[in-house]
Amino acid sequence: MELAFTPRQRAFRAEVRAWLADNVPRTPLASYDTREGFEQHREWERRLFDARLSMVMWPEALGGRGCDLIEWLIFEEEYYASGAPLRVNQNGQLLLGPTLMEFGTEAQKQRFLPRMASSEDMWAQGWSEPNAGSDMAAITSKAIREGDHYVLNGQKTWSTRAIYADWLFGLFRSDPASSRHHGLSFLTVPLDSPGVTIRPIRALNGKEAFAEIFFDDVRVPVENRIGDEGKGWHVAMATAGFERGLLLRSPGRFQHTTRRLVALYQAHREVADRDPAIRDAVCESWMGAEAYALSAYHTVGRLAKGARIGDEASTNKIVWSELDLKMHETAMRILGARGELVAEAPEAEDGASWLEGFLFAQAGPIYAGTNEIQRNIIAERMLGLPKS
Amino acid sequence: MDFTFTDDQLAFREAVSRFLMTEAAPEMLREIWDTDVGRSPDLRHKIAEQGLTALSVPESLGGLGMDDVAWSLMTQELGYYAIPDSLADTAYVAAGLIAALPETVAKREERLCAIADGSIRIAVGHPVNPFVADAQPADLLLLAHGDEVHAVPRALVDVIANPSVDHSRRLGRVVWEPNSATRVAAGEAGRALWAATLERGVLSAAGQLLGLAQRMLDLSVDYTAQRKQFGKPIGSFQAVKHHLADVATRIEFAKPVLYRAAHALAHGEAGVAVRVSHAKLACGEAAWLAARHGIQVHGAMGYTWEVDLQMFMKRAWALDASWGDRGFHKTRVAGFVLGDAAALGPGRTFEE
Repeated sequence: MELAFTPRQRAFRAEVRAWLADNVPRTPLASYDTREGFEQHREWERRLFDARLSMVMWPEALGGRGCDLIEWLIFEEEYYASGAPLRVNQNGQLLLGPTLMEFGTEAQKQRFLPRMASSEDMWAQGWSEPNAGSDMAAITSKAIREGDHYVLNGQKTWSTRAIYADWLFGLFRSDPASSRHHGLSFLTVPLDSPGVTIRPIRALNGKEAFAEIFFDDVRVPVENRIGDEGKGWHVAMATAGFERGLLLRSPGRFQHTTRRLVALYQAHREVADRDPAIRDAVCESWMGAEAYALSAYHTVGRLAKGARIGDEASTNKIVWSELDLKMHETAMRILGARGELVAEAPEAEDGASWLEGFLFAQAGPIYAGTNEIQRNIIAERMLGLPKS
Repeated sequence: MDFTFTDDQLAFREAVSRFLMTEAAPEMLREIWDTDVGRSPDLRHKIAEQGLTALSVPESLGGLGMDDVAWSLMTQELGYYAIPDSLADTAYVAAGLIAALPETVAKREERLCAIADGSIRIAVGHPVNPFVADAQPADLLLLAHGDEVHAVPRALVDVIANPSVDHSRRLGRVVWEPNSATRVAAGEAGRALWAATLERGVLSAAGQLLGLAQRMLDLSVDYTAQRKQFGKPIGSFQAVKHHLADVATRIEFAKPVLYRAAHALAHGEAGVAVRVSHAKLACGEAAWLAARHGIQVHGAMGYTWEVDLQMFMKRAWALDASWGDRGFHKTRVAGFVLGDAAALGPGRTFEE
């Protein structure tokens, strides 16, 4: 156990901190769930990319700078501490990116990854269907091979920011006679392809934050397939575990929220202390965020020593989603009767950021595999309990 | 930056686990529960033979010179097997106090050597605990009189037994009169010794609680994988799975908190009190959830004397409020988090 950072790690932290101090927009960007905000965030991502800070862990040849996981944690800490905008292209960068690294051909990596790192290409995901949510193996959208193309028909849903995005990746049934996990292929689809129709779905925050996507004889070249034909489930699952937990939600995010929560409590202490549970919840939020960070460093250290992080990664998803809820619920209780005010309200506190975060936190235990599914995974694969 | 254990540390833990698996089986635990003294000289002898009494004693005195980080693994094993022996009180908590005394203090070296070879039991009467664990069978008691530290032979104190729900915890109210012959530290030095002893005692309880949580989870997994209802193992039902998944999650996220606190204590970091209290709260909550969900998934069997779960639950319930109850530790955490000087936010987990 050696808990000091190396001079190289310290230098990297200092560099990131200095760059962010000079470059983070002084006024917050518009919500990335709007067209205007989406493009503002794309512009911000471009600046990050130009400084080689967009995807720090990726190899230099693909637009990154070859950082290890500790350096990535440092980057994330500095990123959130600086109050920088949330990352708009994470479906691509954090979910498809690692998949391409593992399963993509050299040509596919060159074609997709640098443009993903710079957010010239923004990605939406195409997993869920109206009847394939938690039971994702029930996918029915088809990709029928015709020569050097697949012809796509079917429907995807809950695709985050798909009305603004450029590309989609997802699973399609390429063997019409197959069922469940078999016969699926992992495809990338330009969203301006003829036959693609995108209908926005308004989310809890009133914005068109996700969409349903219809495919009507959409032709996709075979070279857009990631991994082998019919092996899409394997491709999709291989990168789900660790990334789902840690990469998607790094500890810095929650530690930053905790700091804001403590400040909010301090500012409203006289009112908040009328409910002793609030003070307790504020302290528990700090402990929860700290435990999450410690777990990340412990895990990353074990990975660096060659350990394989198995199914305990599913515990991450439960912890961060519940922590996010707890922190925002606590903030709402501190704000009391003013907590309901939306951004347009003249007396809204901090631009209604706590309310926005509270609404988004409701989705945490649902997306990226519901927490009930995660508990099943923990029970069956980590504890070895029998399948239901 | 490497927040992991060395292969040697992990191999040591594995060896301790294998030893206790054989020597501290539940049947033995039950036997000792039923004895008057509640301690087995035979078990203590075997523990000493393995060198486990010598972990904290400096190498110059024949010990292994291990630090709090190693103990954070060791105490988990002691908890996992709920050993009916207050080994950690003598070999970790008391050993740390005595080792920190100036070398000029009489009998310092002799006592450390006796700890190392397993020939002495020492009970620690820290003021945070209303009762002294193992006061009755102890050879020597470390007792507080204000800031003073007294090392008092058993013959000079009266012990009024206060039986606990955990039969292998032997609590006593100690009645004694301080005198200058037993005093080994006073004033600022005494205050510092008691403060450091508190952190060590808390961390010892925290590690044991985490080990207990893991044992109760393992017992519950075994039971629910075997027990059938509706023609299936009850562990295949989601309601049961989710109870146990929640326990597993709580344990996973308490571990690194314990390790961070152990490192802070071993290196005398400024924020040690908050780290240690955080560890105690996290490990205590994991243990209580493991007990609550453990008894639930055991059904009526869990409410019996006959099923082993009860011994681990009772140890967990008892240890949770030892070395400072939750209010004590929450107050220490709140004092930091809500205090003016708190370094909060990303990037402060390892450096202030």
